[in-house]
Amino acid sequence: MAETMATREAYGKALAEFGAKYENLVVLDADLAEATKTGTFKKAFPDRFFDCGIAENNMICVAVGLALSGKIPFASSFAMFAAGRSYEQVRNAVGYPHVNVKIGATHAGITVGEDGATHQCCEDIALMRTIPGMTIINPADGVEARLAVEAAILTQGPCYLRFGRMAVPTLFGSDYRFEIGRGVKLADGTDVTLVATGIEVEQALLAKELLAAENISAAVVNIHTIKPIDADLLTAEAQRTGAIVTCEEHTVIGGLGGAVAECLAERCPVPVLRVGVMDTFGRSGPAKELVSYFGLDAAAIAAKAKAAVALKK
Amino acid sequence: MDQARRTELTEIARRVRVGIIEEVFSAKSGHPGGSLSIADILTYLYFEEMHIDPKKPDDPERDRFVLSKGHCAPGLYSVLAQRGYLPVEDLKGFRHTDSYLQGHPDMKHTPGVDMSSGSLGQGVSVSAGMALAAKMDGSPRRVYAIMGDGESEEGQVWEAAMFAGHHHLDNLCWILDLNGLQIDGALEDVVDPRPHDAKFRAFGWNVLEVNAHDFDELETAFAAARAAKGKPTVIIAHSVKGKGVSFMENNVSWHGKAPNAEQYEIAMKDLGER
Repeated sequence: MAETMATREAYGKALAEFGAKYENLVVLDADLAEATKTGTFKKAFPDRFFDCGIAENNMICVAVGLALSGKIPFASSFAMFAAGRSYEQVRNAVGYPHVNVKIGATHAGITVGEDGATHQCCEDIALMRTIPGMTIINPADGVEARLAVEAAILTQGPCYLRFGRMAVPTLFGSDYRFEIGRGVKLADGTDVTLVATGIEVEQALLAKELLAAENISAAVVNIHTIKPIDADLLTAEAQRTGAIVTCEEHTVIGGLGGAVAECLAERCPVPVLRVGVMDTFGRSGPAKELVSYFGLDAAAIAAKAKAAVALKK
Repeated sequence: MDQARRTELTEIARRVRVGIIEEVFSAKSGHPGGSLSIADILTYLYFEEMHIDPKKPDDPERDRFVLSKGHCAPGLYSVLAQRGYLPVEDLKGFRHTDSYLQGHPDMKHTPGVDMSSGSLGQGVSVSAGMALAAKMDGSPRRVYAIMGDGESEEGQVWEAAMFAGHHHLDNLCWILDLNGLQIDGALEDVVDPRPHDAKFRAFGWNVLEVNAHDFDELETAFAAARAAKGKPTVIIAHSVKGKGVSFMENNVSWHGKAPNAEQYEIAMKDLGER
């Protein structure tokens, strides 16, 4: 059994680790420090942690004021509130002036689980993608989450980091290399390319095994940075395998699936089928069950991959 | 304040008002009413109160200013021009496609603008973040923000007020431009946000009230704000919307409209330019 860790857990640990290295790092939360795991940073650096209370819009703009004064603020809440409620603050106060604010959004997607639809944000990537100059990173495991946090610290400008509540297997080793905007080819294959992000990377790797049993050879690509997206890698894969399946724990509208379809429609039109939340709201249930319920598991990806292969000319 | 300085500031404020009218007349749009109501406050801030240097607009130790009621950009640009941050002749480019002077303040392209603003409620929150950063740094720099009375209907204003009071940000000073009018009419005919004094006191603020057009009262209030320890200060500035231009004064229809050529001439005469 592989080691597991929720990406939010890795986020909190990374903040505490890098707090020692980067003295301008400050962390804000909106009464969810226990859940977002920024409490780990709070414990280590209480003077650089500010709980803003249940007032996310103010928190985002306070982060802007801090950033304009030389701090590197991470503003944290659930994705629903950081990207949803505070969309306009992020758009106008962070995005438009291109301020160096990092948004650490946890509890993204349906794996929030039992809390249900009001807290299961499946629209955040779509919202953030519309903001010019916004970098969007959706790590697949704890190793990637840690590397993403440091990359965000070292990159000037607005950044939206998306983390999950559910513990997921650690996929990557200590030699894993992470670069913002650069996709990672995890497995080779010739018939179809599975393009996955976040927790769906694990499911895509499992789907590859299911497909292999049916003599379908699937490549797997991890797109941790949804904006700016690695258009060159996507184009190369489209040219090579001629069929793409996108896999994300997010609505199929405007997220990874949307970004990949837009990119390939312009650069190399091939069948692109999308695995994701099918234009619907979430519901309560254990997180793992919901992955299957919403058609995000390896079996669902394998089925879409077969359909994509069948669409090839 | 001695008479000579009062006369100087009055003349600068007059030129700021002339610039405001030039801007909206040239743009054929913009917000003259609320810009004219804060012209004296802006003049006092930029010529007396703030530690700033137009030659070093990015000095990390400068005082900060946020125009939270960003639609009054004509007032901000005009005072920045008078203070030497930008050429006075550039004001005529206001809202034109080939100009850097955007309809609402754009910090990326306008020297002296510390924060892009215009979406109401956000600027005051940003000012609280700036004040918090100064506290973290142990720096004496102060942060000022001008907000509108209509703006105080935004919920985020009170999130920010709660935050600043909680953190005892005594290096933060908001000026609330109480001209009594918002786009849809008088405050009492929309949703009356008053009384402001009791609300701010409840959030732990030091509350002062002034005549927004009296430099001596402004001097006393800003000195009291600097002296107040442990609490942020809000200066409730009782103002006349459209102040200085006869037909615009206390007339809600001049919230966001430009004068025609005939009205422009009257305005210039009112402001002593003719």
